[in-house]
Amino acid sequence: MTEYAHTVDVAVIGGGPAGLAAAAAAAREGADVLLIDRNPQLGGILNQCIHDGFGLHAFGEVLTGPEFAHRYLHQALDAGVQLQSHTLVTHLSPDGALTCSRYGARETVHTKATVLAMGCRERTRGMIRIPGTRPAGVYTAGTAQWLTNMANIRIGRRVVILGSGDIGLIMARRLTWEGAEVVAVIEKLPYPSGLPRNINQCLLDYDIPLHLSHSVTCIHGKDRVERVTVSRFDEHGCTVPGSEFELACDTLLLSVGLIPENELSRHAGVALDRTTCGADVTDTYMTSVPGVFSCGNVLHIHDLADWAAEEGERAGVSAAQYVDGTTRPSDPASVAVRPGDGVRYVVPQRARQTAETVLLSLRVTAPRGPTTIRAVSGDAVVGELRLRKAHPATMEQVTIRLSDASGDVEVRCE
Amino acid sequence: MNERIIPCILCPNGCELRVAWDGQPSEQSIAVDGNLCPKGVSYAITELTHPMRTLTTSVRVRNGVQRLTSVKTAAPIPRDAVPAIRALLRPATLDAPVAIGDIVLSNAGGTSVDVIATRPVPRRSSEDPA
Repeated sequence: MTEYAHTVDVAVIGGGPAGLAAAAAAAREGADVLLIDRNPQLGGILNQCIHDGFGLHAFGEVLTGPEFAHRYLHQALDAGVQLQSHTLVTHLSPDGALTCSRYGARETVHTKATVLAMGCRERTRGMIRIPGTRPAGVYTAGTAQWLTNMANIRIGRRVVILGSGDIGLIMARRLTWEGAEVVAVIEKLPYPSGLPRNINQCLLDYDIPLHLSHSVTCIHGKDRVERVTVSRFDEHGCTVPGSEFELACDTLLLSVGLIPENELSRHAGVALDRTTCGADVTDTYMTSVPGVFSCGNVLHIHDLADWAAEEGERAGVSAAQYVDGTTRPSDPASVAVRPGDGVRYVVPQRARQTAETVLLSLRVTAPRGPTTIRAVSGDAVVGELRLRKAHPATMEQVTIRLSDASGDVEVRCE
Repeated sequence: MNERIIPCILCPNGCELRVAWDGQPSEQSIAVDGNLCPKGVSYAITELTHPMRTLTTSVRVRNGVQRLTSVKTAAPIPRDAVPAIRALLRPATLDAPVAIGDIVLSNAGGTSVDVIATRPVPRRSSEDPA
């Protein structure tokens, strides 16, 4: 086995929107940056997201996923980032050394800082425990999207989609266009999880029924899916007896949630947040391991790639400043930022007292009407966001002023 | 009197537009409520009289490092024109290399909108795996 070793200032693991933006930002700050991705092509999941709706916030225009990825790829190239695709990082040690596998050779990369941007993966049938037989024809929505948009493979003719997240809705329209019949979209919650835009343009345009407060409770079929049983769920999350009906189909797509892909982080000793399943970070996006930063969907699930890329930029700048000594591990992040009433999580979870302002990303626990999200420290209100409505599917952001804070910060809905 | 709720998609406010009209929907007969700005009114009228959509799909590529490139209409087109343009794109095949913005179909279906490539596909060299 051949072994190589080299040294860089900043290594970025993952070449999706967050990783590309982080690498470009760190390089613009003057760092020597290496970006590593396991796929042959950079851009991450954006390459298979051929629909439009990207870039409205980042570029002020509507782009498709591949076009959005191309913009950030060129930012990284223009900033002098070394790009290395086809390379799998197999281990991250707490001292910043990466072990990589590339075309059968092992490489070691020594770094002064590392940015984690590995993204997330989909929840599977096994994770939501759908009873029934185990036939072919059950796919996660993102896998179906890859097969359809990248590999040109037809996945089925009569499709039921479980979960009303955006990937599932986008695939409902995509499969309709590719000649399949989408029988129904089934959502366990009493409200859809996807954007109103996608409900309108992907379901209503094609008369695809959406069954809210329902879920698939059995999969039938020997070799291939033949039909699924669908049941209604009450407000306590229990099935309503007698509400079952069956839908004939040969394919079931699952769009039932995303999980940050944190195996490398965990092995490096990075402390994770139990709610986000991503790292616990400071306002510089540094994890509990000094010199290791986290951003994008590996930190918490974003609803827009634009937000993941912006977060990547902030983490990339922080990593470069850590390397050149602008920020030091000796700046303790002593202010805890905690979710309060009506707030599911807040990122970052800790802040340095010396930081003047910190941008918080958060989600509410349930849909609400007019809401004020307030960040409170002692008796002082350190940040406030007024919303006409709030929804768990929509990430909200609020800036807090730490100069006004006395001790820890709680963020709550009022 | 016909009524419908149309979620406005033009900005993150996401107004739920309550739309009512008599007989055939037209600019004069449609009443819009629930909008925070005037854009909501014109959006609701467009949605009811001639909804516009951007079509995004994929077409085959010969001799490229990937089999497909993704494509889009360079501007929104009438929703009613979507099926015809999809049918026109079905047999389309491009030769690599493909660059972002390459025209796949000009004046697609008489809409005066071009269909353009959205993903670059380099040409496959003889050493690359098939």
